[in-house]
Amino acid sequence: MRLYGHRVTWPAALGFLIIAINLFAALGAPLIAPFDQAEVVCDAWDEPSASHLLGCDNLGRDLLSRLLFGARMSIGLSLLITTLSFSIGIVTGFTAAIAKGWVDAALSRAVDLMLAMPSLIFAFVVLSVLGTDVAVLVVTLACLDSTRVFRLSRALAMNIVALEYVEVARLRGEGLWWIITREVLPAARAPLIAEFGLRFSFAFLFVAALSFLGLGIQPPDADWGSMVRDYRDMINLGISAPFWPAGAIAVLTIGVNFVVDWLLAIQSRGHGENA
Amino acid sequence: MLRMIGLRLALGVMTLFGASVLIFAGTEILPGDLASALLQNNATPENLATMREQLGLDRPAVVRYAAWFGGALQGDLGRSLASERPVAGELAPRLRNTLFLAVYAAAIAVPLAIALGLMAAVWQGSVFDRGVNMVTLMTISIPEYLVGYLLMKYISVELGWLPTLANVTDDTALGERFYLTLLPMLTLVLVVIAHMMRMTRASVLAIMASPYIEMAFLKGIPKWIVVVRHAFPNALAPVISVVALNLAYLIVGVVVVEAVFVYPGLGQLMVDAVSKHDVPVVQACGLLFSSAFILLNMLADIAAILANPRLRHPR
Repeated sequence: MRLYGHRVTWPAALGFLIIAINLFAALGAPLIAPFDQAEVVCDAWDEPSASHLLGCDNLGRDLLSRLLFGARMSIGLSLLITTLSFSIGIVTGFTAAIAKGWVDAALSRAVDLMLAMPSLIFAFVVLSVLGTDVAVLVVTLACLDSTRVFRLSRALAMNIVALEYVEVARLRGEGLWWIITREVLPAARAPLIAEFGLRFSFAFLFVAALSFLGLGIQPPDADWGSMVRDYRDMINLGISAPFWPAGAIAVLTIGVNFVVDWLLAIQSRGHGENA
Repeated sequence: MLRMIGLRLALGVMTLFGASVLIFAGTEILPGDLASALLQNNATPENLATMREQLGLDRPAVVRYAAWFGGALQGDLGRSLASERPVAGELAPRLRNTLFLAVYAAAIAVPLAIALGLMAAVWQGSVFDRGVNMVTLMTISIPEYLVGYLLMKYISVELGWLPTLANVTDDTALGERFYLTLLPMLTLVLVVIAHMMRMTRASVLAIMASPYIEMAFLKGIPKWIVVVRHAFPNALAPVISVVALNLAYLIVGVVVVEAVFVYPGLGQLMVDAVSKHDVPVVQACGLLFSSAFILLNMLADIAAILANPRLRHPR
């Protein structure tokens, strides 16, 4: 099998399959889920049966339905965070590389400082004041994550702005926005796409960890991290409910990493080769 | 060399200072006002004014920062809003517990990761190498709580070998402590070992490709001596920095693992404080976690300078 002329290795194919299944679950949750996520349809901790394939949870809600709706929340939020963090990171990173001088120095030092602190801890500090609202969560995590995107896009753009065609655009009198979007971005696209996958899995794990700690998505919305939190006490009773959402988190992360590895391998080989 | 180390130390101190400013700014200058968050529905203008005065929010931010950071340097971290007791007193036993767990995990993980990495490098391409590679690739992607709960399910619930919860108190004996924290320690080890082991393998293999190693082989030196005596010393600098980075990660990973095993550590304290809007406690915990993180990163750089003569002179 080939994709844009590159042979798809079996881990990459598996990764694509996992991502496709997850996206399908996330987008189609209202259509394929047998019940609503908040609907009480059976007794607490009913065993898996034909009508409830994964059994029921602590309040008698269908576990499979909650898992499907949870995919929506977890994946949707992570995509939103990553997109926002890329918008911020790319614009600031490219601006730093194009403007150079004090703009570059100020932005770089600020990012160095942010990266010198563990991001989970910094997120805690912000959330303790602003509360665990979804909008606050998205903006905070996107800002924290954008520091890493800044690093990469600045490094990429540094090499690109030194090329003649960017110089030509500058001499032609094009503005900063034109140079960022029309001259630098297309040339930096490939490594940025791989980074997007990496940052997505990071944001995904981050949101799940926050929800698991009770500081992320609040009930009654289902999200994989908070589902693990809700069901965790059941491990002592031999009920394996927490392993479904926790496993789903792990499987999607592994799938994304497989695809990212493949993308990075293609880039390091260069273009036009079929191997 | 001393000058390089001195520069790095100075940078570390400056970063720490910057981090304290960020933590303070994060809680004080952001649009959410602590007084209105605490009062919620009772936020009449009069109540707000009294609350602000009580919390000292009527003073300018710079003054409050100076008071807070100055106090923190002398061990006075303010009073908790929830329990109204001094933060330092609540923090001390939690900090001890967290340090105990982190050091316990590090003492097992670091030697094990380096040994496995060296073995994988010596037997490159063997079944052992490929097996370890696959397993570590998987554990990198698995969240800490899944590892923790899997261990809990199989080792403590089904086999009944270890307790599920690590509920240590101040007067738990040392031996008992090692036993109770065995499972959290194992979880942390599994989470951090993968990256350390892979980096050790990669840096040793990168050195193995150099001409002086080929020379050593041609002299007829046994393979394990070439790896341990010739390749490993040069691979040490990257390995040390990876070890320190992973230990810094361990500090953060501890937060989640503590939640899994309900271990009374600093992470649990911080998570509780965040949900209660107990800002002084959050600030103090944040400062401690960040200092540990910055300190480990600084030690990594200094160790790299010591291990690699080429880094001893400024370029």
